[in-house]
Amino acid sequence: MNSYLRPAVSLIALMTVLTGVAYPLAITGVAQLAFNDQANGSLIHDNQGHLRGSSLIAQPFDGAQWFQSRPSAGSFATVSSGASNLAPSNPALRERIAGDSEKLAVAGQGAVPMALVTTSGSGLDPDLPVAAAQYQISRIAAARNIDGAALQRLIEQNTQRPLIGPEVVNVLALNLALAEQPQ
Amino acid sequence: MDSHVVLLLVAFFALVLLPAPWLGRFYYRVMEGERTWLSPLLQPVERFSYRFAGVDAQQEQDWKSYTLALLAFNFAGLVLLFAILMLQGVLPLNPQNMPGLEWTLALNTAVSFVTNTNWQAYSGEASLSYFSQMVGLGVQNFVSAATGLAVLVALCRGISRRSSQTLGNFWVDLTRGTLYGLLPLCIGLALFLVWQGVPQTFSHYLDALTLQGGEQSLPLGPAASQIAIKQLGTNGGGFFGLNSAHPFENPTVWSNLFEMASILLIPAALVFTFGHYVKDLRQSRAILACMLILLVLGVGVTLYSELQPNPALAGLNIEQSGSLEGKESRFGIGASALWAVATTAASSGSVNAMHDSFSALGGLVPMFNMMVGEVIFGGVGAGLYGMLLFVLIAVFLCGLMVGRTPEYLGKKLEAREVRLLVLTLLVMPLGVLVLGALTAAMPFANASVSNPGAHGLSQILYNYTSGTANNGSGFGGFSSNTPYHNLMIALAMLLGRFGYILPVLAIAGSLAAKRRVPVGQNSFPTHGPLFVSLLTITILLVGGLTFLPVLALGPVAEHLSLLGH
Repeated sequence: MNSYLRPAVSLIALMTVLTGVAYPLAITGVAQLAFNDQANGSLIHDNQGHLRGSSLIAQPFDGAQWFQSRPSAGSFATVSSGASNLAPSNPALRERIAGDSEKLAVAGQGAVPMALVTTSGSGLDPDLPVAAAQYQISRIAAARNIDGAALQRLIEQNTQRPLIGPEVVNVLALNLALAEQPQ
Repeated sequence: MDSHVVLLLVAFFALVLLPAPWLGRFYYRVMEGERTWLSPLLQPVERFSYRFAGVDAQQEQDWKSYTLALLAFNFAGLVLLFAILMLQGVLPLNPQNMPGLEWTLALNTAVSFVTNTNWQAYSGEASLSYFSQMVGLGVQNFVSAATGLAVLVALCRGISRRSSQTLGNFWVDLTRGTLYGLLPLCIGLALFLVWQGVPQTFSHYLDALTLQGGEQSLPLGPAASQIAIKQLGTNGGGFFGLNSAHPFENPTVWSNLFEMASILLIPAALVFTFGHYVKDLRQSRAILACMLILLVLGVGVTLYSELQPNPALAGLNIEQSGSLEGKESRFGIGASALWAVATTAASSGSVNAMHDSFSALGGLVPMFNMMVGEVIFGGVGAGLYGMLLFVLIAVFLCGLMVGRTPEYLGKKLEAREVRLLVLTLLVMPLGVLVLGALTAAMPFANASVSNPGAHGLSQILYNYTSGTANNGSGFGGFSSNTPYHNLMIALAMLLGRFGYILPVLAIAGSLAAKRRVPVGQNSFPTHGPLFVSLLTITILLVGGLTFLPVLALGPVAEHLSLLGH
């Protein structure tokens, strides 16, 4: 029996030290040196140095004068975040979407974009498809009494166009830029 | 289809397939102890491991000793992980002061990681300390994948050796698999992921003041190092609860591409490793062709199905397109559908979108992939040994049809091997149909179901399939963290893992001992289009047909009811 026990126990101990301690420590060391910003959570600070969030994590935005993030099944909780996990056939899904689309619809602008009425997988989706951001322009322009073209420019400046993925715009970046606009 | 989806598909298949021949040869050389470019660096560590563990690397084991060694190692790992999860409250690296887990959850999680399932009944950021994540789960991510690799090379040796009593040395295979096979790739992927935005820090969670003045706690941790092995080792247990849908776990389309390709990278390479063992790369190409046919079919069905508008939402004032419920904007429908198929083709189970909210047929494909035993590339090692079982079954069925003793690569398949093969065929039905039916029949157990109608049955079906197939993805609305499901799914995971490993090693031992009969004119060729078709049909019929009735009651019924809207 000892011929199995000793190698089993010593190898699990050794692998623990190697893959469970040395490996993550080494990666942390290199990451902190080479990619300090990302390794610490892509944090955003304001001018006073206060932490205002992470560029990767969605924030809730209430009020007509802000670009709104996608709805979150977990109400933007971060520990831990949640998804709706509603089946396509679940009547609750249709009910929720019917209610939300009624609230969000802007007369004369056509159907509400899918992203604005569906909750994301993470509950913390930081982005919006470009069309979903553009759909909000007229509402924000009216609430802030500014020109819609300026908002369109902001969206364009913040749009990411990766080769292998859809065009999206980061909502927090967009609203930070919006906050700096002259009223 | 958008052009970015086409580019993504091309990039994905290129990343999986192009390195495979080279990487496969590398794995062969490593597992057979040949020198590689990593040897100067890793050989001293390897030698030290053997000395420390009291292992004679030259001494080979017969199949029984090999199995006992594997079981002893897995058991030791299980005990250690269970203890860490129970005691995390008093262990270091616990900045959020997480208490120890409830015992059924700790047991479920320990079994889950030792069996390479990585089913998540817990949510990482809400219930696990950094110590539990990296020292507990992280280690099993490595060694459970290396265990699968060891079983595969034992089977390869069994098929390729003649009149041999031994299959190699488990301790050596495990050590080499971890050191050379997994660690170097993980270092590369982990650093790439940090660059893309995955955190790698020991800081406590940070409190931010949102733009509108709300409070937001940002969960952090040594995530990138763990996510790298989670993807490469076909483990799939996320650092964060929502896995690779979480923006900290999978921040960009590029991190997504590399995480997704990493799922199938090693399994694809191992198909070539097998070819080097049997000195016939035509065998590899035949198996790879079969895997690709099934993968492309699955991707096609899921992608098409996800892009269709949901009939239940017809008439609402919304864009009538494929649904984004449970999907992330940065990935869109294309990358979400592709990931769902890849993660269930392999035994990964990591997710970047919520499968529970997929269209009925889009959710059926992942389920089917798991039901046939995850042989479409499959888990590290586990996928190919599962596939080789189907190869042997196909050969046996062909033998019956032409009335000859079936043989594979010069090894005759006789009663003992066929009996063991049939045993492995019973594993999935036992876990899915028997345990699933038991669960569906008990009111307190199916109280966990969250969606009404046919989809409710799909939830039980998906989750018990995922456990038995050692996948670990889930229809997440199902409340799985109850003592009943924790214990029952733990049972399914053990059954699914060792119900394969034990017969596979027994078959390997029995094949190794056989003489090699010369491959003659009358031997059935196991390469070429004819065999690829036969193998594909065998998988679909033998593997899939068992589950047709229950699939009709779950996802198919849901699909038809949606069409009726």
